[in-house]
Amino acid sequence: MKRKVAIIGGGQTHHASHRKDVNQVELVNEAVRAALADANMTIDEIDAVLLGNMEFFEGCHMTDCWLADGIGAYGKPGLKITTGGTVGATIVVAGAHHVASGLYDKVLCVGFEKQEEGDSSAILSAVAHPLYGRFLAGAAVGYFAMMGASYMQAYGAREEHSAMVAVKARQNALKNEYAHLKLDITVEDVLNSRMLAYPIHLLEMCPTSNGAAAMILADEKTARERSDKPVWIRATETAHNEQFELDWRDVTTKKPIFSRVAAERLYKKLNVTDPTKFFDVFEIYEPASWAELVWYQDLGLCKPGEGFHLIEEGRTEIDGDIPVNPSGGVLSTNCIGASAMLRIWEAALQIRGDAGEHQVPKDVNWALTTAYGGTNWTVMTALSKEWDE
Amino acid sequence: MTERVAIVGIAQPPFKPKRVDASYSELAYEAISQVLAETGLEIGRDIDNSITCSHDIWDGQTISNIGITDVVGGHLGAEEKMAMDGSTAVYYAAIGILSGEFDVTLMLAHTKMSQTNRNIVNNDAFDPIYSRILGFDYTSAAALQQRRYMHRYQVNEKQIAKIVVKNLANAMLNPVAHNKGKFSIEEVLSAPEVANPIRKMDIAPDSDGAVALIMASEKRALEITNNPVWIQGMGVCYDSHYLGDRDLSDVMALEKAAVQAYRMAGIKEPDQEIDVIELGEEFSYQEMLWLEGLGICEKGEASLLSDSDFTSLQGGLPVNPSGGLLGGVPANVAGLNRVAEAALQVMGKAGEHQVPGVEVAVAQGHSGFCGQHHCVIVMGNQPHNLTGGNP
Repeated sequence: MKRKVAIIGGGQTHHASHRKDVNQVELVNEAVRAALADANMTIDEIDAVLLGNMEFFEGCHMTDCWLADGIGAYGKPGLKITTGGTVGATIVVAGAHHVASGLYDKVLCVGFEKQEEGDSSAILSAVAHPLYGRFLAGAAVGYFAMMGASYMQAYGAREEHSAMVAVKARQNALKNEYAHLKLDITVEDVLNSRMLAYPIHLLEMCPTSNGAAAMILADEKTARERSDKPVWIRATETAHNEQFELDWRDVTTKKPIFSRVAAERLYKKLNVTDPTKFFDVFEIYEPASWAELVWYQDLGLCKPGEGFHLIEEGRTEIDGDIPVNPSGGVLSTNCIGASAMLRIWEAALQIRGDAGEHQVPKDVNWALTTAYGGTNWTVMTALSKEWDE
Repeated sequence: MTERVAIVGIAQPPFKPKRVDASYSELAYEAISQVLAETGLEIGRDIDNSITCSHDIWDGQTISNIGITDVVGGHLGAEEKMAMDGSTAVYYAAIGILSGEFDVTLMLAHTKMSQTNRNIVNNDAFDPIYSRILGFDYTSAAALQQRRYMHRYQVNEKQIAKIVVKNLANAMLNPVAHNKGKFSIEEVLSAPEVANPIRKMDIAPDSDGAVALIMASEKRALEITNNPVWIQGMGVCYDSHYLGDRDLSDVMALEKAAVQAYRMAGIKEPDQEIDVIELGEEFSYQEMLWLEGLGICEKGEASLLSDSDFTSLQGGLPVNPSGGLLGGVPANVAGLNRVAEAALQVMGKAGEHQVPGVEVAVAQGHSGFCGQHHCVIVMGNQPHNLTGGNP
């Protein structure tokens, strides 16, 4: 990119299944105010405001127009992008491009979802093609059920391994004051929870959350003047597979898959040979526990088929050598339009050393984040504490 | 890394009232295969990223860009969906190129208005608590805006009907338009009333179609074409949502977007320096209001421009020589079509509706009812460094 871009502030709401006390405008405003306070900035200092969200989830067309006052966009340049679950990260990428272009110095990025105002499972089923896919659609659970079944059959993993991921996420969420599902649960609790679609139990699936996240990005000069702990956006990568290229849910597929391709390209940009050594923490997008195990191998944290050993051995716990989702991840909080931004913001907090109780107990210099859009594309970002050439 | 961005390819298969023969991905494919054929570019080899422009609610599919990932070159590549008017997709694509991340960007806007009901879609754009329940759609909100504008500046219905006469006559020269003809002011005023004072002929008709555009960094632009259209300035801005929070005869967001774009382009006297304007008149009166926002005349004086034929095809500053949105352009596609038409004027490829000697053209698009969000793109035949966006 033409100019260096740093994260100089951010904030989030206390995520919950019900927020009857606020409307959508007020919900996003909470995150925006938190981000401005974190950056010690007023809205008047912001040059442009970008919003990410999917209109069907709230039943509102042009959400950015209704929310303009709540996000502080009145009288300012701004735009709205919709890319599915990735959108929170897409908005950060868009913000980075705004700053890097040289046209703007301080850009506010906002992502949100207030799912209680829609019917998320029906809306997710409507992602499927109206003629060829919709009659088969099983919301998000259906996709991940196929992924889980394929993973167990191919690698000999058991339901317990997926349950361990669910337990890790909720135990970590107990340490995160903003997380939605804070559940003190065991593997037995997970396996005894209601079956949604084999092999996915209720506790192995993300919740439908209401929440918002906001981040402020700035150019190098502003960042160094205004922030004690700027976090640098070092590389971003977006990759898609097509709607009907379905067999990626066969976890052994040899076809090029968005997740592996994006990781490969990102690692090449940064000269990463061993991601487990290069990155100190990972915040990944796991709407279902099986997705986390697949991300382990797609990101090269282990060899294909060996991801379930990482969770078995505790290596991806907060105090493990490859901490993944110390925040509790998407399994604990999924306000869709904010979820991918939360991955980036949580990674930035880890780099700043500001993650509080869920801070990983080691120096964090580099972090990697991922996202899911639909179930067939991703946006990844790599963040760093220092920018040494 | 580039400071300069140019439009290097345009494809606009003709718009139609109803395309029962094609799905929206097939409409997208028509436009994309045409732009690739014309530029000789290939997906996978030449295109670095794609920006699509559509709305889930118009498409009836959640995250509906999933339905065209394949045809826009999304395979293992970067694609993002701008859920706003197509003009803003151009603004965002230029930013991506200026950032140094991309050199060649494909833009695609599509909407198949015939497959849904515009009144319901429009109504869903009003806040669900206070306004939606009143049954508003864009037309009824626009009626308030037109009434306020007419009252404040003593503009009459005949002056506004003249915009319809001009644009539908211009559309006769445009093979892409589908709503066209030679009409009298009396005929416009005898069309059925939809929301007083707006009549059927004042409203851009439902249309199906897609527009594809390719933009490139300076280096790549010069390799791809010998007729690039350089982006010289651009601006976007939001106004308030609630109709009661705005004086609807003011266009603050457009004024600010225009100031930003003109500053970048170095334009000081827009009425003198701009040769042609393509703007988004979803309703006929908006052509007047937007011209005032674009600083072409003082507030309340746009009707004089129309009275004196200044904005006609042969006038001092032709506005919507293509026939504009009244000629029949799908929602969301509207802004990308404005940019495409303005660019064709600069290239000298606008055909029968070509304005002679165009060096600088302006395209305007808007999102939301009564123009809540505006985008202004200035372009011309001279390369120009894009700097100084901060308002």
